[in-house]
Amino acid sequence: MTGYIIRRLLQSVAVLLLVTLIMFALFHMLPGNPARAELGVKAQPAAIAAFDKMQGLDKPVWYQYYLYLDHLAHGNLGFSYIQNASVALLFAQRFPKSILLVGLATLVAVVIAIPLGVMQAVRRNKPEDYFFTGTSFVFYSFPTFWLGIILIEIFSIQAHWLPPEAPEGTNVAQILANWKGLVLPVLTLALVSIAAYSRYMRSSMIESLAQDYIRTARAKGVGRRAILLRHALRNSLIPMATLIGLSLPSVLSGAVITESVFNYPGIGLLFWQSAQSDVPVLLGLTLVAAVGVIVGNLVADVLYAVLDPRIRY
Amino acid sequence: MAAQVAPGAPSLMGIATPAAGATEQYEGGEARTSGSVLKLTLRTFIENKLAVAGLAILVFLVLFCFVGPHIYVTNQRTLNPANSNYAPSGAHLLGTDSEGFDVLGRLMVAGQSSIEIGLAAGFTAAIFGTLYGAVSAVAGGVVDAVLMRLVDALYSLPALFLLILLSAIFAPNLPLMILVLAFIAWLGPARLVRGEALTLRTREYVQAVKVAGGTQGRIVVRHIVPNAIGTIMVNTSFLIADAILALAALSYLGLGLPDTTPTWGGMLSNGTNVIFDGYWWQLYPAGIAIVLTVVAFNFIGDALRDSLDVRLQKR
Repeated sequence: MTGYIIRRLLQSVAVLLLVTLIMFALFHMLPGNPARAELGVKAQPAAIAAFDKMQGLDKPVWYQYYLYLDHLAHGNLGFSYIQNASVALLFAQRFPKSILLVGLATLVAVVIAIPLGVMQAVRRNKPEDYFFTGTSFVFYSFPTFWLGIILIEIFSIQAHWLPPEAPEGTNVAQILANWKGLVLPVLTLALVSIAAYSRYMRSSMIESLAQDYIRTARAKGVGRRAILLRHALRNSLIPMATLIGLSLPSVLSGAVITESVFNYPGIGLLFWQSAQSDVPVLLGLTLVAAVGVIVGNLVADVLYAVLDPRIRY
Repeated sequence: MAAQVAPGAPSLMGIATPAAGATEQYEGGEARTSGSVLKLTLRTFIENKLAVAGLAILVFLVLFCFVGPHIYVTNQRTLNPANSNYAPSGAHLLGTDSEGFDVLGRLMVAGQSSIEIGLAAGFTAAIFGTLYGAVSAVAGGVVDAVLMRLVDALYSLPALFLLILLSAIFAPNLPLMILVLAFIAWLGPARLVRGEALTLRTREYVQAVKVAGGTQGRIVVRHIVPNAIGTIMVNTSFLIADAILALAALSYLGLGLPDTTPTWGGMLSNGTNVIFDGYWWQLYPAGIAIVLTVVAFNFIGDALRDSLDVRLQKR
């Protein structure tokens, strides 16, 4: 077990290094000269030389990569000249708000998807199973932004129940104080996940119910409810834990869209607003997202090994 | 590996493409001829209601987009601001948009490019990913390790982040857009095909090619790829669905193609600007078209997987 975790950890570090290499390569593929991009077209040659020296751009490429890694190790994710702030600061300001959105949406998705999947597995191939299967298919074929817009159209413009925009606020407490504005963004992000998770839960549960230990439990007279909850559900939840860890990248992608639709002041909105011209922010945030995903995968894998005593490495 | 237990490619919109089941191949299929396997597969496919529904939707959409403009003739070239934002009527069945284009006519033209781009990106990704995965598995050793860690690294970048980053850096035109979409999509097939190829390369017939002095290229092209074709087909239909969704998302974020190439995503994006005006005909048709197309490709992928899964076939 320890050996497995160490091996998996080393693998993650290797992947992480490759990610930094990709980010570094992308930065160098940028059209034009970084100095001119930052200082303007009329910059004097001396100013450009000074900028290059300051940024280490006059050094050989391998040394620049080393510098980049060195900066990262010190928490320096780059600098946005457009916002005149470090990427790390911009990230830190918005991170809690995005966690709130993504966390709530994942929570809602899990709380709805698990019972739904169990119900579908139990009532397999009955009308209600077909209905929810169809609904899931439609929802995970939905463009996320369109889903958000439709929810705005229905609940804000037609019914006037909920505000069409996410709450503004500099911190999580202010946003929570205005919780009504959170409902639609969370719902948008959760609906797509519910479709995916409930499908997965359904097949996981069907697989569990077909196992021999379920037949044994039935034969020795365990109640229907206990079989379902204690024997089948618990075993079906193990792959779900992994799935939730692995779906982090798609949830983050969904967050970019959702935050753009509802103008929610999180990392996704920052990322989108930077898409036109602020490449340092794009690179920095992508790197952070990648770290999140790598850690998520690592936790999912280790959790899987811990939760399932049959798995030995 | 625990990582393989969860489904393969987590796609852009939160769809965990449940492709893991697709790796089942015809175990012990030597006794049957390839003709009967194909027939069996076809029969299972046609008996599957989802498959028929998916195919029917797709045929309808293709007719609508490619034949429709010859029947319902509209001007989609010149702006006509005087006609903008008309509600649906006899003259404009689905009204007009903010630039005066007929919405129904535009839906057809935009559908052509949306479907074509989706297909092109999906197939490009599938072909490249297949070759990459097969080569990685056949080469083995250090090459395999390095190639696959690269896939892992790219996988850890959320698709939309990478998509936005690439669009920001390259400002794609049409061919470049197809490449960008393919670039985020090829990782799934690369992993799947590698997994498949790892088991295939230990089979006797592949060993025989090696002994007979066949090259690695021959093993990849003549043996690995044909045997993995089921997995690849299933995955490709999901890839096409994802590419269409990704293109729509990019269009919404303002990073799509210029308006000279109308797409469903672009139409939707324009439609979202006028929701407060109540111009519903600019908001719903294009979205419904996207959902129908994506549902159709997902249905087909699902049905293909079922029909290639020997356990579900009636023998």
